Parts: sequence; structure tokens; C-alpha cells
Amino acid sequence: MTPLLEVRDLNAWYGESHVLHGVNMHVSKGETVCILGRNGMGKTTTLRSIMGIVRQRQGRITLGGQDLTALPLHRTAHTGLGFVPEERGIFATLSVEENLLLPPVISQGGMTLDEIYRLFPNLLERRRSPGTKLSGGEQQMLAIARILRTGATTLLLDEPTEGLAPVIIDAIGVVLRELRARGMTVVLVEQNFRFASKVADRFYIMDHGQMTHEFPVGELAARMDMLHETLGV
Amino acid sequence: MPMIFGIPVQALMGQLLVGLINGSFYALLSLGLAVIFGLLRVINFAHGAQYMLGAFVALLVQTWLGLNYWFALILAPLIVGAFGALVERSMLSRLYKLDHLYGLLFTFGLALTLEGLFRWQFGASGQPYAPPPALTGGVNLGFMFLPLYRGWVVVASLVICLAVWALIEKTRLGATLRAATENPVMVQSFGINVPMLLTLTYALGAGLAALAGVLAAPIYQVSPLMGSNIIIVVFAVVVVGGMGSIMGAIVTGYLLGIAEGLTKVFYPEASNIVIFVIMAIVLILRPAGLFGKEA
Repeated sequence: MTPLLEVRDLNAWYGESHVLHGVNMHVSKGETVCILGRNGMGKTTTLRSIMGIVRQRQGRITLGGQDLTALPLHRTAHTGLGFVPEERGIFATLSVEENLLLPPVISQGGMTLDEIYRLFPNLLERRRSPGTKLSGGEQQMLAIARILRTGATTLLLDEPTEGLAPVIIDAIGVVLRELRARGMTVVLVEQNFRFASKVADRFYIMDHGQMTHEFPVGELAARMDMLHETLGV
Repeated sequence: MPMIFGIPVQALMGQLLVGLINGSFYALLSLGLAVIFGLLRVINFAHGAQYMLGAFVALLVQTWLGLNYWFALILAPLIVGAFGALVERSMLSRLYKLDHLYGLLFTFGLALTLEGLFRWQFGASGQPYAPPPALTGGVNLGFMFLPLYRGWVVVASLVICLAVWALIEKTRLGATLRAATENPVMVQSFGINVPMLLTLTYALGAGLAALAGVLAAPIYQVSPLMGSNIIIVVFAVVVVGGMGSIMGAIVTGYLLGIAEGLTKVFYPEASNIVIFVIMAIVLILRPAGLFGKEA
């Protein structure tokens, strides 16, 4: 099966610092793939390089066969790729609803505002509040919801559970499973191994700027020793 | 003759009107500066030169092409805005990654160059520009005589200021501009062409300065020095209002114009410095300005 998203021999730099050393990965349509790894191994840089935010990069990144490396950042979203950063990127000067309406709709099939409010009822109640007045969990939901409206078909999600209470993490798990049911392709970066094991179809382990292991969720139990050793979980 | 605080009402109202007229120009110009600083983080020292360019476009399209004031009111902002877009795209945009000081120095150099070119071509003295026939004369309000053109300037500037405020604060385009100021990379990752937005914003600011220049032409005469005469006061207005605050620029522009006018009535010797005294007091008591957000 031809992968929807394919990354080949991706190298990336921050100034003089060489961060990614030949990353290879592929994601099929409708699949949820999780990148696991300790802090500083290059997980976030991988997502930011795929999106085009890190511009010092070499290698090949294709989405649906289209080469993303040649595109300016503002054209990447138009290929169907959406990015939810670790810091969430909620705008303080905009209300919740203005934050939701900010990204332009890039293709048919995105959620309407009503559908988003049904999926995230908290956002409806607080739609007139400044975006940064929301709790951490609500901000995370707003950051995800904002991309769902655009019609993006592939979601890059960077540590969505970081710093959140268990009950909010469960709610985000429900949302991710709902997205999978709708056919959304998701690349998830996580350190919360237990959360990832409930939502991902396949895993990559990242170490020192490279993908060192790849396995489906079914092999999880058999790989626990390696995970303990690599991730310290 | 009726008096207020020992001053004839007619004299008081006359100076109030002068203050309101000056305030209209302060508001319009500081609005453009606030838009550019708020969204591009550029201290646009060329704003006075762009105001002067607007007035000269009005004069030249009348002299060379026979086009009247109303055409100039549309053409000047478009021409100067296009010039601003060219400057931003070709030169200013290269400085965004550097310290703000570089943007200030570049626009300062641009202002001096434009002013020098116009002085060389047209001389330093002012050239008259007649108001449109429909706005000549005035009306007697009983307590004062109101020249029609000056009344028009106050109303036009108020409408323009409120329209720009509404554009920035109440529309989706404005929300996008505000978001692009906060986190341009994030906004670009949504698929929005932020460099193009910044170019258009600078063009809007330059166009507003040109519009103020056309409005000012029949009142102050058209001179290469008209921009440098007013720009320092306008910067004081922006500082008092709060750097980058759109509503701060508008309200403070009118209030300081009126304060200057009233000072001319009660203590004329201080009228040239009153705005700067207020600026100093505001900087001491509230460094972010009256409408600015404390860091």
C-alpha cells in the first residue's frame, strides 16, 4: 500500500546544530502513528520539519505524492497537513471563536462550527473568552478543534497530553479515537506511553535524531523490555 | 460678549476648533504609525515623508493632469500605498529579523532622502492648494464661525479612524493581522501568506499617511518640510496612547490636539511644549502609555 505521508532520509539543523540524522518513516491513510522517545531526541523537530517550520532541512517529504520540501510554509497547509504544536499556539488577542475561525478552510470535509462545539462543549460555553484564559486542557482542545475545521486530512500532533490532568487526557483520547473513526491520518508525538498505547496503530521509537525501532500496536507487550530500556517507562 | 474663565467664547471655540483640526491630523497619522508598529514592529520614521508625498500627489495630479481634490483623495493613498508596498517588499522586509533599531534607521534614511529629493525639485517654501469649491466658505454657528473645509476634515478623519479601528478589531481580516503579530510562524502554518499581509499592512499605513496629506494640503500648504514638522509630535502622540494601540492613537491624537489648542488660549507660551510635557509625565507614571498593555 502506498503511504500517504513518507519521510526519506530527513536531516535538519538549528543553526550549526545537526538535530535529525536521516529520519525515515511512513504513514498510511487513516493510520494513527505515534513517535515515542525521550526528551531532546528530535521528535518535535521531526514534526516541525515535516510541516516546514524548520527550514534548514534536507531529504524528501511527500504527502499524497506531493513533495513538501519545495513549498513555502504558508503553502504546506494547502496540501491537507495540519499542525498542533506542543505550546498549542492559542492567540491571546483573539477570543475562542476567533481562534477557531482563524485558519482558512483549505478543502471540503472539515467540521462545521456546530460539529466542533458538539465535540468540545466547553468551547461553546467559553466562545467569547480570550483564548489564553482557557484551562490547559481546554486550550489543547481548542488547538485541535481549530485544525479540524480546515478540512486537513493529516494531523501532526505534538505532545497533546503534556501537563494535563488524567481526566482531560482521557477526553483527548476520546477525541483522537473519534478522528480515527472519521478517517483522519494522525502523527502523534508523545512521552505518555500509556496514553499512546490506547490511541496509536503503530509506533516509531526515536533516539538521537533517528528512528531506531518500528512496530505495530499488537507487538507492544512483546517489546516492553526494549521500551523500558529506551524510554525509561 | 459671553466669557468662560475670563476668555471670550468665540476665542475659546476658535482655538478648540484649531485643536480639533490638529488633533484630526495627529489621530490619522498616529493611527497609521500604530498600525505599522503594532503589526510589523517597525518604528516608521518615513511616515511624515509619506504624509508629505500624499499632499504632493494631490498638487501634482492637479497641476499636471487637471484632476481635482476628490480624485486626489482616492489616488494619493493608492499611489503612496503602492510605493510603501514596494519599499516594504524590496527593502524593509529584509530587516525584520534584526533589532527594531535597524527598521527605524532605514525609515529615517528614507524620510531624509524623500524630503531632500522634493526640496531639490520643488524648493522649501509651501505651495498653495485650494480647497474644493463645495467646501469653501463656512457657517455661522452663533458662538463661532466654522469654515466648512475644517469641519469636513474633522468629520472625515473621525470616520476614517473609526473605520480602520473596526477593520483591525472587529473583522476576520483584523483578527488574522493581530494573530500574525503575535505568532507569525503559527499563522503561516495555517496556510496564510503572512509576508503578503505585512506588505499590505505597511501599504495601508502609508496610504493613511497620504490621505492625511491630501486633507492637510488646503490647510497647511504643500511643502517638502510638512512631514518633518509634524512627525515628532505624532510620535509623542503614539507614545502617550501606547505603542501599537489603535484606539490609543485615535483618542490620544484628538485629546492632545485639543490640549494644545486650549493651551494656546490660557498659556500660549507653553502651547509648543504641552504635548511633550504630557508625554514625559505619562512615560514616568505609565511607561506603556494610556492605552498600552504593561509588559
